[in-house]
Amino acid sequence: MVASAVAGFGRTTLGLVGEMGRMMVFLISTVAWMVRPPFRFLQVLKQIHFIGVKSLFVIVLTGAFTGMVLGLQGYYSLRKFGAEGWLGSAVALSIIRELGPVLSALMVTGRAGSAMTAEIGIMRITEQIDALDTMAVNPMQYLIAPKVLASVLVMPMLCSIFDLIGIYGGYLVGVELLGVSSGAYTSSMESSVEWKDVYGGFLKAISFGVIVSWVCTYKGYNTTMSAEGLGTATTEAVVLSSVLILIWDYFVTSVLM
Amino acid sequence: MKTPLIDPLQRGSNGSPEFAATKAAGAASTPVIRLRGVEKTLGGQPVLQGVNLDVPRGKVTTVIGKSGGGKSVLLKHMIGLLKPDRGQVLVDEVDITRLGSHELNEVRKKFAMLFQSAALFDSLNVFENVAFPLREKTKMKEAEIERKVLEMLEAVGLTGMGHKFPAELSGGMRKRAGLARALVMGPEIILFDEPTTGLDPLLARTINDLIVETQRKFGFTAVMVSHEIPEIFGISDYVAMLLDGVIVEMAPSEEFQRTRHPAVREFIAVGPRPEVVTSGESRRPGTHA
Repeated sequence: MVASAVAGFGRTTLGLVGEMGRMMVFLISTVAWMVRPPFRFLQVLKQIHFIGVKSLFVIVLTGAFTGMVLGLQGYYSLRKFGAEGWLGSAVALSIIRELGPVLSALMVTGRAGSAMTAEIGIMRITEQIDALDTMAVNPMQYLIAPKVLASVLVMPMLCSIFDLIGIYGGYLVGVELLGVSSGAYTSSMESSVEWKDVYGGFLKAISFGVIVSWVCTYKGYNTTMSAEGLGTATTEAVVLSSVLILIWDYFVTSVLM
Repeated sequence: MKTPLIDPLQRGSNGSPEFAATKAAGAASTPVIRLRGVEKTLGGQPVLQGVNLDVPRGKVTTVIGKSGGGKSVLLKHMIGLLKPDRGQVLVDEVDITRLGSHELNEVRKKFAMLFQSAALFDSLNVFENVAFPLREKTKMKEAEIERKVLEMLEAVGLTGMGHKFPAELSGGMRKRAGLARALVMGPEIILFDEPTTGLDPLLARTINDLIVETQRKFGFTAVMVSHEIPEIFGISDYVAMLLDGVIVEMAPSEEFQRTRHPAVREFIAVGPRPEVVTSGESRRPGTHA
């Protein structure tokens, strides 16, 4: 009984270590193919459109409502200490340091990441990836590298849009709805937000871009040859990306603090 | 290692199908692909257990066998999509199992493959699918690419269908588009993975005829896996049977039908109508009703 439990634990551990190793090899291979010619600018542009432009609506929507909720919660919390004037600072710092990069990455995972897994998985199942191989076109270079590169490029942009919209959402609720002074909102923000907060947020966004595209393309590329396998791969991709984003966020924050 | 590719269109302009046939016959003495003791286990199941097979140059060779018996796995070994656990895969006497990705890609330039599902790229229309290998692997100008693609589409009977996307095509049209894509680079060898699976008998016959017609016209070596008995006897020069992970019989098509191997006899007796098996008639394009 105990022996079988230990054996099961050992198998699971070995399986996890093996999977982590394969994922790391996949990432290294992707980066290696990214810097080798031919460079596929058109593919990268298509992916920037798919991951970036098509995610704009959901980013704007979540950014606006996140900022508005922060405005509401912040106002009632700060009012207890008579510090409503610091609402701009509270909203801006929360969004720029944490919520902007994390929520925009989670939104991209749900919208574009899952689609990446499904697209690549279907290409695997229908032998389109094998077809690329037979035509001596490397699938890592043609399919995977442009997606990862595009994610790294667009995530900071999406994050900055999320930040701007979120801060304006907090302004709308705090200033226009609850009567906080407009000058207090903006001046508190200006005095407390530093340049390191901004680039720290961008740094997080870039690393989240790597995580989302890496995990989602890996899961699609290695899907099993069935509809059920593709469904499982898509679910695993979204869950693993989201969990890794939150874990990585903690470590990056602890380093940046 | 670099072998100049033979352009099917140029070959056509050189003259006739006879030119290609003569050329193929001259080189037919050495097998273009040789498998030696190829073994492969997938998911703990032994699939290939020491396959030995010689594929004659410029001929149509069909591998038959049970569904799930490893025929497609065998085909994927020939082009290096799978590596054997043991054994050699020799293409023009080069063991491709020992090649790195760059060298393997050079060897793959000799090949094309028509997949079971045609494997057309969903995001590209038919024209772009056929043009894909030309755009990726040659420095041809767009006008030349267009001329070649249109010529290939005409050869497979898809004139005017270039703007359609794979989702808008029927099964037969997809196979035709896949065949056009396979032909466009003028490969020396084309691998066909069950090219007529999922098609109705008439359409299957049309695709088979198209394969034979294009093989005669362009002179490539065709390796096909199929279990379409008796159709394959009419279109193949050689037939081999994969059974329990080994090639148990390989012979010219007509000779194969007279095999004494009990398992092969049993297998080919299930599908065919008696008169087709015993007549020995070659069902070449245009000869059937």
